[in-house]
Amino acid sequence: MATTTAAGTDTARIRPSKSTGFLSWVATTDHKRIGILYFWTVLVFFFIGGVESSLIRAQLAQAELSVLTAEIYNQMFTMHGITMVFLVVMPFAAAFFNYLLPLMIGARDVAFPRLNAFSYWFYLFGGIFLYSSFFLGGAPNGSWVGYAPLSTNAVSNMAFYAVGLQILGVSSLASAVNFIVTIVNMRAPGMTFMRMPMFVWMTLTTSFLLLFAVPIIAVALFMLQFDAVFSAQFFQPATGGDPVLYQHLFWLFGHPEVYIMILPAMGIVSEVMPTFSRKPLFGYAAMAFAGAAIGFIGFGVWAHHMFTSAIGPVPRAAFSVATMFIAVPTGIKIFNWVFTMWGGRIRFTTAMLFSVGFVSMFTIGGLSGVMHAIVPHNAQQHDTYFVVAHFHYVLFGGALFGLISGVYYWFPKVTGRLMNEKLGKVHFWTWLFGFNLTFGPMHMSGLLGQPRRTAVLPDELGPTVELYNLLSSLGVIVLIVSASIFLFNLIRSIRRGEASGDDPWDARTIEWMTATPPKHHNFDVIPVVTSRDEFWHRKYAESEQGIPVAVPVGASVDHDADGDAGHIHMPDPSLWPAIHTLGVLPLGYGLVYANWLLIGIGAVWMVTGMFGWIIEPLAEGDDDEPALAGSAAH
Amino acid sequence: MTAIAPSTSMGLDNRKLGMWTFLASEFLFFGAFMSAYLLYIDETNRGPGIEIFDIPFTSVSSFVLLMSSLTMVLAHNSHVRGDMRRMRLWILATAGQGMVFLGGQVYEFTVFSREGLDLTQSPFASSFFFLTGFHGAHVAIGVLLLLGLYSLSRTGKIKPGQDVKTEIIGLYWHFVDIIWVIIFTVVYLIPELRG
Repeated sequence: MATTTAAGTDTARIRPSKSTGFLSWVATTDHKRIGILYFWTVLVFFFIGGVESSLIRAQLAQAELSVLTAEIYNQMFTMHGITMVFLVVMPFAAAFFNYLLPLMIGARDVAFPRLNAFSYWFYLFGGIFLYSSFFLGGAPNGSWVGYAPLSTNAVSNMAFYAVGLQILGVSSLASAVNFIVTIVNMRAPGMTFMRMPMFVWMTLTTSFLLLFAVPIIAVALFMLQFDAVFSAQFFQPATGGDPVLYQHLFWLFGHPEVYIMILPAMGIVSEVMPTFSRKPLFGYAAMAFAGAAIGFIGFGVWAHHMFTSAIGPVPRAAFSVATMFIAVPTGIKIFNWVFTMWGGRIRFTTAMLFSVGFVSMFTIGGLSGVMHAIVPHNAQQHDTYFVVAHFHYVLFGGALFGLISGVYYWFPKVTGRLMNEKLGKVHFWTWLFGFNLTFGPMHMSGLLGQPRRTAVLPDELGPTVELYNLLSSLGVIVLIVSASIFLFNLIRSIRRGEASGDDPWDARTIEWMTATPPKHHNFDVIPVVTSRDEFWHRKYAESEQGIPVAVPVGASVDHDADGDAGHIHMPDPSLWPAIHTLGVLPLGYGLVYANWLLIGIGAVWMVTGMFGWIIEPLAEGDDDEPALAGSAAH
Repeated sequence: MTAIAPSTSMGLDNRKLGMWTFLASEFLFFGAFMSAYLLYIDETNRGPGIEIFDIPFTSVSSFVLLMSSLTMVLAHNSHVRGDMRRMRLWILATAGQGMVFLGGQVYEFTVFSREGLDLTQSPFASSFFFLTGFHGAHVAIGVLLLLGLYSLSRTGKIKPGQDVKTEIIGLYWHFVDIIWVIIFTVVYLIPELRG
């Protein structure tokens, strides 16, 4: 119950209190709502990124086309890459982290709920800021990596790239701090690290990767931005600057970044597969350790993106070996997923199909990745479509398949309804077919010499390469149809889907114990955890033959026995994160145009917002003490 | 006494753990700038190089910043003992020394600029100003946080039992100080020894 204190009533506070309506979403600090905000924003950016890729494929459907000018083409592939990496895959994972993490560890919210909202708003404004460049002289055109010194030249429009990615980086860094503290410090009683769901392990590893990688790209982007706008001399060869320094700094971030993109999807698959195999995850400890190993080694392989830069033979050999090493923990994970399925009673729901699709498509992508690790091969493959094939197999066939699997899996918990399985299966098979039709041929056209980032498909490459490109472009049409089926299923199921109940899949982890959708405070009673797959062990004991035997319903349902769920003290909504983050827009534009007035306005706005935020208590009547010091029920 | 949050998994306050986590990332931020500086230490584009540094002057301002860490500890200690008046005194002393340090930086940069070393002169210059400039920005933010702590304590919004708030700002302040110790050693002292 909120009570006012002597000090609490005199300060003017802007604090919405309703739980419905537009303002309640703007002011939300509820991790579940923030996850939903991320999800819908991701869908919008995914659509836009898809439009960009469709335009690229229209231009490359045949040789010597001029559907797009070279300038527009460059902006298209640059923005497609930036959008898919920073505005789709990463925030899609964030949507899952946000919604699921507290539920999976038995907490009522994350450690810093307003900072959580801040991360979302910074993401939204960062994306809007990036896209506004189209209307302000042109979008960035120097590719998603933004190599200097080309990117420091004004023709590249890369100031928007530098500032926009900074904003998104801050969003991710704040999330990383938030999730690390939440996982380390707010687990339910009895939930040791080795009893956490595998998705939580992957969230922890991803958050540490973000924590250490984002500052490095922040440095690279500051240098880039100042070279471009303020005549600094970081990457200008004429004054002694070294362009390869940019590459080092970028890829020190860029390589951990790809693990940041894949580990969440791996976490999702590690939840989906055990449920639909009716078996525990095979090799839990190895999976956790392998994930951590991938993250750790991932910081030691960055120069494999630079084999063709002037780094010399010794680094090439070293990074080549280190890169092959990463295949070991990755392989451990692949085998463990297969062994999870082996001997299980498998149900091929749509979620399961997408998870199986993940394992197979990601493996294909991983094989072409190992080929890249071999230095002489790399010299042949670098900057060709073979690279494009590789990363689309791991990112689309891998990360995206995994994330979509998560949508089908947790949709019932979020909405209380089931998605239509028939439409889901049509979606899966058309998606799988369209994906392979689009990106499979790129392996061949790349090895036959088709260069990346080239607006016109040259005639000289011959009719076979042209055919491969045509197949890729046709594949996009299949993908568009498939995506439309998914969107239709999504919307229709939200509106009129069959009721799901709390636990439609007979799942294993405690987020399925809650009401559906979960109440604002998540659990009426915080569960005491005594094992891994806690929820499963509350539902089933084991007979002598090791067969699960259902126990009477009791401890497997979250119910409010003492009737004091009404006294649970949750953080109140707050407008300060949204107000504070809005100031990043004038600040950002000021940095792009070297406009000191705008920079000043933005800085003052954000500092004022920050103080407003600090003065406001987390919940009214809180006396400035956080209500959620831990995870205990009140 | 420091309020322990008994219901957290590690027995730590979330905010303290959060500040430590954030500071971990900041080490990489400054580490990357330092690497660039070391790469470019001789790329002066025929302009001024390390000979432009005034080591005695910078030593004095470094000493001031180091002493501010002492007063920060005293401020936190006062808060723990519940003596809010003393705490505010030491907070002001810390912020004041921080501002003296910043003043010294501004003076130093102005002198350098007049002697031909500004951001646009060379890779050496750009990386020097970025490394020390971002450090200065962090000090400035720290001063703002300290002054905020001071005024919130004056208005009674920060109370004796809430010393974790002073502690986390102290952590930040000590971090900024440690970074300066590293910068001073690597940028000013070692090149001087190298000759």
